Amino acid sequence: MKFFIEKLMRVLMILSLLLVFGFVFSIVFTIFSKGWSAMSWDMITKLPGGGFYIGKEGGFLNAIVGSLYIVGASTLLGLLISIPVVFYLNIYLKKKSKLAYVTRLAYDVLFGVPSIVYGAFAFTIMVYLGVKASLLGGIIVVTLLIIPIFVRSMDEVAKEFPREILDATYSLGATRLETIRVVVRQIAPGIATATLLSIGRAIGDAAAVIFTAGYTDSIPTSLSQPVATLPLAVFFQLSSPIAEVQDRAYAAALVLTVIVLILSLLGRYFTNRFSKNKLK
Amino acid sequence: MRINFRTLCDKGAGGMMFILLILSVVLLIAMGIGLWFKAAPVLEGRMLKDLLFSANWKPLKGEFGFLPFVMGTLWITGIAIILALPISLLAATFLTEYARPVIKKYVFPALDILAALPSVIYGVWGTLIIVPWISEELALLFVEYSTGYSALASGIVLGVMILPLLVSLFIELFSAVPNDLREASLGLGATKWQTTHRVVLRKTIPGMIAAVVLAISRAFGETIAVLMVCGNLAQVPNSMFDAVYPIPALIANNYGEMLSLPLYEAALMFAALILFVVVLLFNLASRMVLYRIEKKSN
Repeated sequence: MKFFIEKLMRVLMILSLLLVFGFVFSIVFTIFSKGWSAMSWDMITKLPGGGFYIGKEGGFLNAIVGSLYIVGASTLLGLLISIPVVFYLNIYLKKKSKLAYVTRLAYDVLFGVPSIVYGAFAFTIMVYLGVKASLLGGIIVVTLLIIPIFVRSMDEVAKEFPREILDATYSLGATRLETIRVVVRQIAPGIATATLLSIGRAIGDAAAVIFTAGYTDSIPTSLSQPVATLPLAVFFQLSSPIAEVQDRAYAAALVLTVIVLILSLLGRYFTNRFSKNKLK
Repeated sequence: MRINFRTLCDKGAGGMMFILLILSVVLLIAMGIGLWFKAAPVLEGRMLKDLLFSANWKPLKGEFGFLPFVMGTLWITGIAIILALPISLLAATFLTEYARPVIKKYVFPALDILAALPSVIYGVWGTLIIVPWISEELALLFVEYSTGYSALASGIVLGVMILPLLVSLFIELFSAVPNDLREASLGLGATKWQTTHRVVLRKTIPGMIAAVVLAISRAFGETIAVLMVCGNLAQVPNSMFDAVYPIPALIANNYGEMLSLPLYEAALMFAALILFVVVLLFNLASRMVLYRIEKKSN
């Protein structure tokens, strides 16, 4: 009997694993097959033309550039804020510090807060300050959204940082601040993976920017103008009843998926590659 | 003199980093307070229980019963967990207890991809694959007619979305169980599944509950993917083939109009507050449990 159950469970386990692969394959295949037939060079190099929303000429360059603006700026800001935080957590604070515990908990919770709540919260603040939906609003809310991801994944690596190396730098007379050069070099692969992870999340998020960044057919030239993003381009165009416009949604979805896939594979590659020559 | 300057830098930078660190904790608190203030008008003169358990949703008349949205969220989260839990549990068990390392090399990238795909992509997949499948095949077996945009469709999409989170949490938990325990059980003549079931799984129950709670809170807040397949009808669903209207979808759908009616805006902010509070409590509880487990295993 027990050997029968053993066999049965083994079959079930393999089935569930196949199911996971099935989902991945189904999603990627659907997006590629639908998107590929709708894809054309115009789509990614042209702005929406006059009759874009009734199926006439144009592409969604506005959304691609808009997403890149938001992602680029917020990733940079996120790095600038989160590296000091991680450094302080791991070098300045003691291992068993209460503050470190509370902060890590806060970041874990912030990581779990849905992006729609970030969006709603940022929107109320923007209304209060009189800021309209704009590139600036989008950048700020996405920065807030990805800081927890940055901090959590860098902290994961920094926690493993060998104390001996720290002691060695101290004994050479370095201050805590000066060891940052050693620490950053050691956790560089962690920073790289965290960055890729954050970019992936930042480029794919729609719920936060739907309130704060707005949507437009042109490429913004200043921080106070509204900006289009790829996920929202997919979302808005898919809700159109016209088949040609829906096709563009599929093409935009394909672009988004390809970017995310590259980021995710690159992330795996970084972790595998750089973890080998790390000092332990 | 030089040394003084350097220690000054050290202290100064420390202070700045400390401020950054505190700001992030403050952000969390500010979010709660900000949403509370914005939601206050709709809470005035209304009982919390009326808001949550009344099905009257007529924003123009000033009646705000959140029951359809609360039930919608509960339905789809429930379906998602029921679907994702056995799959992720079996997959994680296989990966930690049975599989050779080679297999992990292929599974982890697949899970990475699932975790990385944006929710709008899941939404597109749901509308193209799941919705037609439900309306053309599955629903016909049970009910007369369904558009496919239903609680079930949202549940399936959500279930797939939380799979990678659950699997990675489970793997972490199972790997923390000491090998001695497994060997002791195997040495007594138990099969591998008996060992897994009676030793590994039993030992990780608190952690598994925490992981599931975490997954639930993730599912609660998922917006765009669900919005695209849920049907968006403000009704209390009777079956899983009915259209639903979860809380995040409510907020996202009405963001444009909400400024015209102050009370309506307050109601939507109240919806965001519900999400925030639930997610906050769930996350705090489950993270604290997971921290304790992590500490023990070190």
